[in-house]
Amino acid sequence: MLTPEERTEIEAEFPHYPNRKAVCIDAMKIVQKHRGWLSDEALDDIGELLGMSSTDLDGVATFYNLLFRRPVGRHVIYLCDSVSCWIMGGDQQRNHICKRLGIASGETTADGRFTLLPVVCLGACDHAPVMMVDQDTHRDLTPEKIDQILEQYD
Amino acid sequence: MLYNKPDPQEVKVLTRRFGLENSASIDTYLATDGYQGFLKAREMTPDDIITEVKTSNLRGRGGAGFPTGMKWGFVPRTSPKPKYIVVNGDESEPGTCKDRLLIENDPHQLLEGMMIAGLAVDAHAGYVYIRGEYRYLIDILDKAIAEAYSRGWLGKNIQGTGFDFDVYTQTGAGAYECGEESALLESLEGKRGVPRIRPPFPAVSGAFQCPTVLNNVETYSAVPSILRDGGAAFASLGTPRNGGTRLFCLSGHINRPGVYELPMGFNLLRMIEEVGGGVWRGKKLKAVIPGGSSCPVLTADECDLAMDYDTLAKAKTMLGSGGVVVMDEDTCMVKAAMRIMRFYAHESCGWCIPCREGTAWLRKLLIRFHDGGGARSDIDLIGDVARNMLGRTFCPLGDAAAMPTISFVEKFRGEFEAHLAGRPCPHEHADHLALV
Ligand SMILES: Cc1cc2nc3c(=O)[nH]c(=O)nc-3n(C[C@H](O)[C@H](O)[C@H](O)COP(=O)(O)O)c2cc1C
Repeated sequence: MLTPEERTEIEAEFPHYPNRKAVCIDAMKIVQKHRGWLSDEALDDIGELLGMSSTDLDGVATFYNLLFRRPVGRHVIYLCDSVSCWIMGGDQQRNHICKRLGIASGETTADGRFTLLPVVCLGACDHAPVMMVDQDTHRDLTPEKIDQILEQYD
Repeated sequence: MLYNKPDPQEVKVLTRRFGLENSASIDTYLATDGYQGFLKAREMTPDDIITEVKTSNLRGRGGAGFPTGMKWGFVPRTSPKPKYIVVNGDESEPGTCKDRLLIENDPHQLLEGMMIAGLAVDAHAGYVYIRGEYRYLIDILDKAIAEAYSRGWLGKNIQGTGFDFDVYTQTGAGAYECGEESALLESLEGKRGVPRIRPPFPAVSGAFQCPTVLNNVETYSAVPSILRDGGAAFASLGTPRNGGTRLFCLSGHINRPGVYELPMGFNLLRMIEEVGGGVWRGKKLKAVIPGGSSCPVLTADECDLAMDYDTLAKAKTMLGSGGVVVMDEDTCMVKAAMRIMRFYAHESCGWCIPCREGTAWLRKLLIRFHDGGGARSDIDLIGDVARNMLGRTFCPLGDAAAMPTISFVEKFRGEFEAHLAGRPCPHEHADHLALV
């Protein structure tokens, strides 16, 4: 079941669109915000409110990089994988993160603290290499800077 | 927040408020001619507004460079359905980092541009679609929208003019393909972001099957000044058929990377040397991607040209979204092609076969090739697979993947040959480009 809070947040989106189905991406993001990821049960809950099947919702969810159908860590590191960041040494930063956290791209640390995901250009190419941790963009990365940044998230 | 120092050669039209205190607030906006373009447009007929935009020679800043006034003119005059103004804020073309600055520093300029488009086509609602990774921009924009409502610059009967306009924001959920206009509209409607067959074009049947104007953030942001100061003034800043200024994003091996507003037609070499401070570490220039990773690469010898749509088309590349990526002499061109293809293969939406299969095979080929497992015939095969994608895909993502690949193979064939079977990448020693 959707919590009252989830429900209220989703319903607040209804007036912005001519139909309920259009709200589904927002709805999935809202539920993911509260639960960390989108389980089958979460899709059922959303589907009930929007009048959509969970198969339809699964089709939408699996299309998008930022909707998670598997559990992720408490913090998600999105490391830019595009050309400007590569040119500026992005691979070295990735290797540093992998070594430090003991995981490969796409994996979650054993303590559930971080998941590392490669992402498309983060639009801060003039300060490459770049990553986001949760909602925060971090620019001009170096191994030392990465160490400091990761300390901020527990 | 500003991320780089301005350059004296900049011509500040869209970025004129950048760096002002509270530049994103409605008070700053109103104190600096804000919403004057809208008030002027309100006194004009829709036809006159569209003519003014046509006169400005403004062309879409999202990539294709389509004339904006002409696009607005395609929207049917009367419609039994509502019409919509949609902003493409999906910015994810690698090398492009300008739309986020426009929203961050001057959100009201974007809102005013949307309202003027609303007047031009008789639309009363707009959506701003912003990529999911730019969540913080939604907070800035929502704040600007709330201010505009509370001060009577959005909502019913704006400033007593009798014009109604509402704006909603939506974030994407991470998909490059959602920057493609028809996929964006699908995503806006809560679906998988796959492209639609055209015609009908969005002007006739767009968001929720209603007539829709869809433009890039920078395109709308140029509109208030065009109405305020006149289309001719904007046009005169650029070159014939390429009006105004645009935001160029300089990245890569350059001394002063940043986003700079320069007149259309600014010389690329001067941009790199004078505005960007030249190639870093005293290195020589090897290649430049002139407009985001979808654009064919230019060799150092080809860079003495005017950065406008027509000149770059003549040079068989594109101005694209203004992302200028500079590569020094130590950059491996095979790896550059491989990294770019990895991106397209990951982001191909899978809807049509030539793109889904083509990008996947090219990725495989290029990775194998770069790793020293390539045969001479692979060089032609890479070009061949790419050429077979051109024009055969549902949306231009296939072309966007194929065109740069072809250019890398044709222009840097020698570097491909240097990677032939058993030979290690000759560039891997370069300290800033260490291999994975
Ligand atoms: C694969 C693909 C990705 C695109 N991504 C973007 C984007 O992120 N932002 C954008 O404004 N236009 C993007 N475009 C271009 C849009 O389809 C469309 O041409 C543009 O938004 C129209 O606005 P404009 O005329 O103001 O440029 C993309 C096109 C393709 C084929």
